Amino acid sequence: MTVSAWLPARVVSVTPTTPHARVLMLDVPGWPGNLPGQHLDVRLTAEDGYQAERSYSLASSGGGARVELAVDEIPDGEVSPYLVREVRAGDELEVKGPLGAYFVWRADDPSPVQLIAGGSGVVPLVAIARARIAASASVSPMRLLYSVRSAGDALYAEEISAFEDRGVTTTWVYTRTAPDGWNGRTGRVGADLLADAVWPPTMDPLIFVCGPTGFVEAVADALVASGHDAGRVRTERFGGS
Amino acid sequence: MSAQHPAGPVDPVTPLDGNVLAGRLGALFAVEVTTLVVVCGACGASGALAEAVVELDDEAAIVRCRACTHTLFTVLGDDEAPVLRPASLASIAAPAPKP
Repeated sequence: MTVSAWLPARVVSVTPTTPHARVLMLDVPGWPGNLPGQHLDVRLTAEDGYQAERSYSLASSGGGARVELAVDEIPDGEVSPYLVREVRAGDELEVKGPLGAYFVWRADDPSPVQLIAGGSGVVPLVAIARARIAASASVSPMRLLYSVRSAGDALYAEEISAFEDRGVTTTWVYTRTAPDGWNGRTGRVGADLLADAVWPPTMDPLIFVCGPTGFVEAVADALVASGHDAGRVRTERFGGS
Repeated sequence: MSAQHPAGPVDPVTPLDGNVLAGRLGALFAVEVTTLVVVCGACGASGALAEAVVELDDEAAIVRCRACTHTLFTVLGDDEAPVLRPASLASIAAPAPKP
C-alpha cells in the first residue's frame, strides 16, 4: 500500500494544539488509505517555482480521502513554519504517500506493543493507538511512554489521557517542567524508567520508538542493553537533538 | 588432448539472459524499500534499511551503516529518476516472510 506519485491535497482545517504545533486535516482525492505509523511527503511550491519537500507522520490511518497530520514548528525550518503559521483552510499543496512499511503496526499481530514517544514523535504512535482502540478484535496489549518538555508541549494531550479508559495506558515524563502537583516522572528517560514503564523483555514486546534522533538513539540503546531484542525495536528519527 | 571429460560436461550450465530474472528478482523490487534487509560489506552488520543512518543534502542521500558508519550507498537524482550508487553495500535481501 504505497504510491509514488504526487497527489494534490487541500487543507480542510487547521487546529492549533500547542503554541508551536498544529493539526492539519487534508483532503486528498485518490488517497489509497494507509496503515497506522506510515508517513507522507509534503511538497510546497513557491511562486517562483522553488520547491521544498519534508516528511510528516500521519496521525490517521485506514481508508478515505481525509488524512491528518500534526506538525511541530522547527524555528529555522523551510516547511514547518509555513505549515504551522501560514497555511489555512482551502490552501492547496501536494503530498506523496503513504510511505514506509517498517514503522507500522498491523492489527493482526497479537504481540504486546510498547509505544515510546519523544516530543512530536508521538504523532505516528497516536495513529497506532487509535487503530488499536478501533480494532476490537485485536488482543494486543498496548501502552505508551510519552516524554515531553512540559505539559504545554504535548500534542494530543486530551486524547492521549482518554486512551486510558479504552485500554491504552500512558506514562508521562516531563523533561523540563512538570505540572503543578505532579508526583510522577521528570527528567530524561533512562534505564530505570524504561524498566518501570515498558513491557519487560520476557513479554517479547514489539516496541515503536519515535522522536528526535538523540532521544531515539538513547532509548533504543537502553532497551537493547536491558535485554530487548534489537529486531523488535522499531525506530523512526526525525532529526534534531 | 582435451581436458574435457570424454562424455562432455555432466551438468552443463546453459547461458540464458537477464529476462529470466523477472520472476526471481520480482519479489525483491516489489518490497517497500525501507523493509529491505541490507548487509554492510565493511563490518557485516545487517538490518532493515529503515534503521540505516541517512544524511540528506541537495545533491544526494548518503546511506551509512549504523554500526560502523561506512557508506553503504548513495542515492542521486530526484524522486522521478533516482540512481542508486553502491559503496560498502554487500547485499540487499527481501525481509523474512512473516511466520
